[in-house]
Amino acid sequence: MLEYARWKYILVGVVLAVALLFAMPNLFGDDFAIQIARKDRAAMDATQLTAVESTLKKSGVEFVSTELDDGNVIVRFASNETQLKGRDIIKDEKTGLTKTYVNAMMYASRAPRWIQALGLRAMPLGLDLRGGLYLLYQVDVDGAVEQILNTYDQDFRRTLNAEKIAFTDVNTLQGDDSDIPNGLRVTLPAGADLGAVRAALKKAQPDLNCRDGVVAQGAAVDCVMTTQQVLERRNFAIQSNITTLRNRVNELGVSEPIVQQQGPNRITVQLPGVQNSAEVKDILGKVATLEYRLVDYRPLIGNNRAPPGAKLYKDRAGNPVLLKRDIIVTGDQLINATTSIGQNGPQVDVTLDSAGGDEMFRTTRANLGKNMAVVFIERKREVVEVNGQPVEREIKEEVVISNAVINGVFGNRFQTTGLSMSEARETALLLRGGALAAPISIANERVIGPQLGAENIEKGVKALVIGMGALFLFMILYYQLFGVVADLVLLANVVLLGALLSMLSVALSLPGIAGIILTVGMAVDANVLIYERIREELRNGVSPQAAIRAGFDKAFSAIADSNVTTLIAGIVLFVFGSGAIKGFAVVLSLGILTSMFTALMGSRALLTLMFGGKRKTTRLAIG
Amino acid sequence: MEFFHKKTNFSFMGTRKVWYTTSAVLMLASFVSFFTLGLNFAIDFTGGISIEANFPTDANIDRIRKSVEAAGYHEPQVQTFGSTRDITIRLQSTGESAEVLRPKFQKILTEIDPAVKIADLAVVGPQVGDELRNSAMLSLAVTLALIGLYIMLRFHTWRLSLGAILAVMHDPILVLGVFSFTQTLFDLSVVAAILAVIGYSLNDTVIVFDRIRENFEKNRRLASDATLDAAINQTLSRTIMTKVVTSIVVVALLVFGGSALRGFSEALLIGIIAGTYSSIYISSAIALSCGLKAEHLFPPERKELNELP
Repeated sequence: MLEYARWKYILVGVVLAVALLFAMPNLFGDDFAIQIARKDRAAMDATQLTAVESTLKKSGVEFVSTELDDGNVIVRFASNETQLKGRDIIKDEKTGLTKTYVNAMMYASRAPRWIQALGLRAMPLGLDLRGGLYLLYQVDVDGAVEQILNTYDQDFRRTLNAEKIAFTDVNTLQGDDSDIPNGLRVTLPAGADLGAVRAALKKAQPDLNCRDGVVAQGAAVDCVMTTQQVLERRNFAIQSNITTLRNRVNELGVSEPIVQQQGPNRITVQLPGVQNSAEVKDILGKVATLEYRLVDYRPLIGNNRAPPGAKLYKDRAGNPVLLKRDIIVTGDQLINATTSIGQNGPQVDVTLDSAGGDEMFRTTRANLGKNMAVVFIERKREVVEVNGQPVEREIKEEVVISNAVINGVFGNRFQTTGLSMSEARETALLLRGGALAAPISIANERVIGPQLGAENIEKGVKALVIGMGALFLFMILYYQLFGVVADLVLLANVVLLGALLSMLSVALSLPGIAGIILTVGMAVDANVLIYERIREELRNGVSPQAAIRAGFDKAFSAIADSNVTTLIAGIVLFVFGSGAIKGFAVVLSLGILTSMFTALMGSRALLTLMFGGKRKTTRLAIG
Repeated sequence: MEFFHKKTNFSFMGTRKVWYTTSAVLMLASFVSFFTLGLNFAIDFTGGISIEANFPTDANIDRIRKSVEAAGYHEPQVQTFGSTRDITIRLQSTGESAEVLRPKFQKILTEIDPAVKIADLAVVGPQVGDELRNSAMLSLAVTLALIGLYIMLRFHTWRLSLGAILAVMHDPILVLGVFSFTQTLFDLSVVAAILAVIGYSLNDTVIVFDRIRENFEKNRRLASDATLDAAINQTLSRTIMTKVVTSIVVVALLVFGGSALRGFSEALLIGIIAGTYSSIYISSAIALSCGLKAEHLFPPERKELNELP
């Protein structure tokens, strides 16, 4: 007798029902859209919707439909091109929309509302399917280490001078070929008191390990950063760059952007739907620095001009601020800026290096009660046409991001208070951005046209449909009724895989689609193993029901065993691969798991349902 | 329908010298091709510039090449892909960024046909290419090592492990041989395909080995060559069926998947065919040549049996 436990039926049923629900949003696809919100975050209404519509109509930009969603207007477009045109119209100063509204490009799902209300989402599409801009940034992490070594260098000189210890020189040492990978060497005249030197250096930088160095002439003390410290510094460089890039990407208003670390010193940025790489790279490639300056209280002269020794800036609200020309501290002297909640509410905690701290101490002592401001400076490159040839040039943007009263005398650690939590967070972010320890450069870039994306989807889906169709037909021809069962099981496998990928929000790329197709082709294997075993048992004269049971039981170890090796390859690919290859690896590995579940549990449940129980089965339609 | 209506009874072990020779010749040819012709690496690995453009009518490759050369780019590789209207231009790194290159090439190509469209433009730094090549080699080595380790743990005897590993090495070597011989573009997705195929083609070997163990379990007195032959024959229907079905979808990918997946699906197809061959003809044969016997699969039990009076 052929039986299958009730809980297993229930498990298979529930898993499939849930999978169907999660995979469903993928069937509907999405539209290119623009989301428009009011700057004051108030809800928009029908009149504003009409205003947006008529502005777009007046400019001759075709759109599919408009709707109100959660207080925002969503305009749907037929193509990436019209979407970009529509965005330009909405952004355009002359239309008047830009002053009160902000807009963002997005992909609006075509799924019915109830599906969207459940929070179910389709898999995001990768750049090769969507079209868009891919940038790979290289972070100069060694530059970040070098920067902090230079700070230590200055600290050492200052301390040794203060302690009146004679020294010949202080040098930073970096690179694999030097005997100190990341550290400093203090060279001293012969006969120097090395113990006293080490004590002084320890006082200047307690974190560094110092030991007596070996030099040909005189004496030396070597201080090295530990591997851990070097790693932390590199990480800080990467992390602050990622934060800054994320912030700037958000400023772009692009949907489904991806900013992530790749390897020890790279950051990938993927911007679906973006075609103009110049504009984006200008914003992303900005180099930021900071300057702390004192506020100048003198009146402006003449035509709103700054008096000598001062410079006129604007703050973020656009109000003029007059600052002294003398710079107290610059961004590269800032070690860290974080937010915390102090006695007076949210605050920004700033840490400077010791040279910056000394300067800050001198300035605050002499200017108690006066205002000090932070200027945030961004340099960006811009491509302009000169004599018909594109040429890059640099432009500079300056804005005052903080302006506060000096309430006490302080050195290298101080707080800025009187901010709201979001202001504090933003200021800290900008300060860290301005302290950006490592310069970044573009290592790879790729612009994929929207048409190519659409073609890739078309080709991928066509290959999927034709490949699966041929396979289904073949299985039915070869295994008859059992072939139909195998086909149903394979279909369930695709649904399950689609559901898992949607749940995990794995970006689907062309190799990903290829992975799904390949998974289906390979998932057949489990069914074939079982069916061949059943046929073999039948040939040996076993009764049909016993043959089915024996088929599943005996094939199990072979199925498990044979899938392990492919899973190993999938995991290695996931670990070493990047981008689209990682997507393929995820699909391959998940596909192996889902195919084992569907082949072993799903098809057994189905076959038991068909041939099980007390029914007398004399012949199996297995070809 | 069934490929083999009756039990097959091919003698794989008796003819193994023929298959060894075939394999040796194929491997040698692959190595010669690989080391003399080399692989046609995509810019993923070499670094450089790649531009894909679509023309409304057939593209004039020679004219495009001349125009690109006239614009000061050395040794441009211009090829059609997919159709005669779609072209790729590959250039060595010039240090120019995408937003400088794009208008330049738009202009060069527009002079040939005003309706041309640039579909894809990629700039890869040389350093990234080097690193990718290293990580690709590393992942290949790690996969082979892990799979070897798994086989070692799973089958308790070095004879089967060696058979499986040699059979598995077969497939990537043959793929590399064919790719270097035909000068098919070797990009990152081909590496992914090779790794997938290594894992996948081992399935067959594992399943044959599984059967060998099962057969020995039933009767340990059987002669090794007969048992190995029987195991391969018993699983032959399954081996061929599975590979045919997988090949169906891979052929669909090759034909309909477009140029971006061509290298990927070609590598899969070659790998699947090579894998089927090696798991039928090579893996078990090597184990036999190494002197595989039932006792190697069940060492502890045998000891107990001997201690019986």
